Amino acid sequence: MTADAAHIVSSRDDTYLNHTKGLLSWVVTLDHKRIGLMYLLSTALALCLGGVFALLVRTELWGPEENLMSHDVYNQMFTLHGAVMVFLFIIPSIPAAIGNFILPIMLGVKDVAFPRLNLASFYIYVVGAIFLVTSMYLSAIDTGWTFYTPYSSSAQVGSQSAVMSSAMGVFILGFSSIFTGINFIATINTMRPKGMGWFNMPLFLWAVYATSIIQVLATPVLAITLLLLTVERAFGLGIFDPALGGDPVLFQHFFWFYSHPAVYIMVLPAMGVISEVIGTFSRKRIFGYKFIAMSSLAIAFIGFLVWGHHMFTSGQSKLASMVFSGLTYLVAVPSAIKVFNWLTTLYKGSIRLNAPMLYALSFIWLFAIGGLTGMFLGTLAVDVHLHDTYFVVAHFHYVMVGGTVMALFAGLYYWWPKFFGRMYNETIAKVACLLVFIGFNVTFFPQFVMGSQGMPRRYYTYLEQYQPFHQISTVGAYILGFGILMAFAGLILAALKGPKAPDNPWGANTLEWHTSSPPPFDNYASQPEATDPYDYHALVFDEKIGGWVKVEDAPATGGEA
Amino acid sequence: MWFTSDPTFWMPAQASNHAALVDNIYYFLYWASVISFVACMFAGALFVLKYRAKNINDKALSQVDHSTTLELTWTLPVFAVAAVAFYFGVMGFVSMKTPPDDAYEVNVTAYKWAWAFNYANGHTDGNLHIPAGVPVKLTMSSDDVLHSFYVPAFRVKQDVVPGRYTQAWFEVTEPGEYQIFCTEYCGTKHSEMLAKVIVHTEDDFKKWLDSVGNILDRLPPEEAGKMLMTQRGCLACHSIDGAKGVGPTFKGSWGTTRKLADGSDQVMDENYVRQSIMEPQSQIVAGFPPVMPTFKGKLEDREITAIIAFIKSIK
Repeated sequence: MTADAAHIVSSRDDTYLNHTKGLLSWVVTLDHKRIGLMYLLSTALALCLGGVFALLVRTELWGPEENLMSHDVYNQMFTLHGAVMVFLFIIPSIPAAIGNFILPIMLGVKDVAFPRLNLASFYIYVVGAIFLVTSMYLSAIDTGWTFYTPYSSSAQVGSQSAVMSSAMGVFILGFSSIFTGINFIATINTMRPKGMGWFNMPLFLWAVYATSIIQVLATPVLAITLLLLTVERAFGLGIFDPALGGDPVLFQHFFWFYSHPAVYIMVLPAMGVISEVIGTFSRKRIFGYKFIAMSSLAIAFIGFLVWGHHMFTSGQSKLASMVFSGLTYLVAVPSAIKVFNWLTTLYKGSIRLNAPMLYALSFIWLFAIGGLTGMFLGTLAVDVHLHDTYFVVAHFHYVMVGGTVMALFAGLYYWWPKFFGRMYNETIAKVACLLVFIGFNVTFFPQFVMGSQGMPRRYYTYLEQYQPFHQISTVGAYILGFGILMAFAGLILAALKGPKAPDNPWGANTLEWHTSSPPPFDNYASQPEATDPYDYHALVFDEKIGGWVKVEDAPATGGEA
Repeated sequence: MWFTSDPTFWMPAQASNHAALVDNIYYFLYWASVISFVACMFAGALFVLKYRAKNINDKALSQVDHSTTLELTWTLPVFAVAAVAFYFGVMGFVSMKTPPDDAYEVNVTAYKWAWAFNYANGHTDGNLHIPAGVPVKLTMSSDDVLHSFYVPAFRVKQDVVPGRYTQAWFEVTEPGEYQIFCTEYCGTKHSEMLAKVIVHTEDDFKKWLDSVGNILDRLPPEEAGKMLMTQRGCLACHSIDGAKGVGPTFKGSWGTTRKLADGSDQVMDENYVRQSIMEPQSQIVAGFPPVMPTFKGKLEDREITAIIAFIKSIK
């Protein structure tokens, strides 16, 4: 009997998937794994919905003339695309879907600290999402996802109440975000297993922890902003609207005070996933563990102090711009060094190129380009030229989409065998990865060029000189869309028909791989002791089960190879 | 490609005093990025090929998981590049934000969806005419929502904010025409809020300024009206050829009866046109959005008379 097996009472046949049956058992479940999957389904739907809007926008931009839709419909489309992708997909995707499923198992516990709060967070997300999408659609809101005043508070935008109801949707979503954040912070602080000090924590947990802190601290600011907007509209108090004596630029300060840290809500969990995947598939301790762990916190902290770099051309003071530019570099440096850390982990590793690793390597490529182009935008004089052009569009898509989507798929393919106890098809997964990678670069790289050439963003029509770049970009968008569908298809096929997965298909040593695949309802009978998460050589591949087992449990032949 | 003022693959032609300065930092960052990106990706590819596991149970050749020396060493070039870019970025920015005292001043008003450039002699134009070889300072404000003044060839961009003034300045050496974009989203026709900078030699600029003054005295009212409506951007939304725009077309409109949004009928006559210019939201034609800005205080009575004369003439 192994130490591991002793923790698992339920037999392999009794899993969280079949522990209880029926729709109701999912709808009112308190199980973090099921809630994670429900989050996954909703955020995946949001990604598809946002993707359809993106393709409509890109199709319209095939030529400068009207192709599909009028000015106003186009403006609504890019607004919907941005809002759905940011608020419904990127922000909740990795932390709420993968985080919910994996975090408690990584800690060796049965559930998060507050399971009911967890379920509440999910339903608040659903209500907020429905509220946001319906109100945006019904009121034909066209402000862009940034809701800048005074345009957003002027009477011409859809109906008078359009911005109010959309803002209310975002307000509701904020609570979902805060609840998840509080839950994760409490769980990590109080429920770590014996032997897991702060610096024995897997890096994914560090990343989710840093993210949660941002969620809890930054989201209320967004709520306050939206509340002020409401007060202004309802009672005519001049806060942002110059016609009432307010200051429209003040709104930008408030908005970015939330939305810049939110960028790190989007990318920190992605970095956490990448740190796990790179280590596992290199069979080597992640290089610079302490740096990566601490830099997550540093990025979370400094991320609060750089919002003004969105406003270099807004008319804010020279001194403020200089300070924000300097602080921006302080965030850029740890991000750059993380890339060096991941690359150094590959050095002298024992590298396997399974699908999760390919997605992770693609992440490094895209994130490096996203990060480097961020340097251009953080540099004051250069930003004046590039601000609000397609260069910015390309930059944040490289960071947020290239970063988060690649890491999401890396994480999904990595943990899918744990989620469903079934293996995916490597060929489908790898071809999809290639399509996503090529499609992404074809879509967004030309945007750096046309942005540098002066093409402004949020333009329905454009000068002829930019057309070749727009056309390449549109072709790329379809390749990207097809690749993403294929990546999802690979996952769905695996969940339905994939061959049985071993408990530990990759030879990773974080705790979630020490329970069965899929995990039993309770994850573990009792909390196991922490392992050294990156001691890969404690494991050895067992041909018979097609997975990895502890060295001492291995059959004699496969032992100390 | 670094020291040319011609357009390159990445950048438009350099047409103002700020352009070379911006481009030098841009290309410094560009080459720093290309070199570090290629080096990183090359190293990554090399490691993946060289250390690919041949047997699934192969152990990693090393488990070294940190090296303070290495980690400090690679932090230094990152900091160095960041420090250089920061310093020159700040210097360039300060110079872009500090107009010289002797600059030629033009006042700019932005509104949905056109630009009005106001000159000291009272002339208002839809395009920005400036002299070459003289620093020009723009003092800008918006009548409605946020806009942003952007000339790619000058590397100049500045948001235009309602309720406050923002400034931009530049000096252009060569006469020519350059594109102005609006780069802060402002609604339906944001992408058509375009104008030109027309740079004259100093002598030509003086001649132009004289020629555009006093059009009401010099030209028949229809022609003066047409010039005014072009300059003030009226024709961006109201077509004169029957095409559907944001607002109703003027073609053949004179004397016709139109249905208003409140259901009443209204004849297109002198009073209606005047009312619509002064209080655009008061009598909206059914089926059109209430988006026109007011021109109260911006057009004189004689100018409105000329505009009416022009509208009458569009059969």
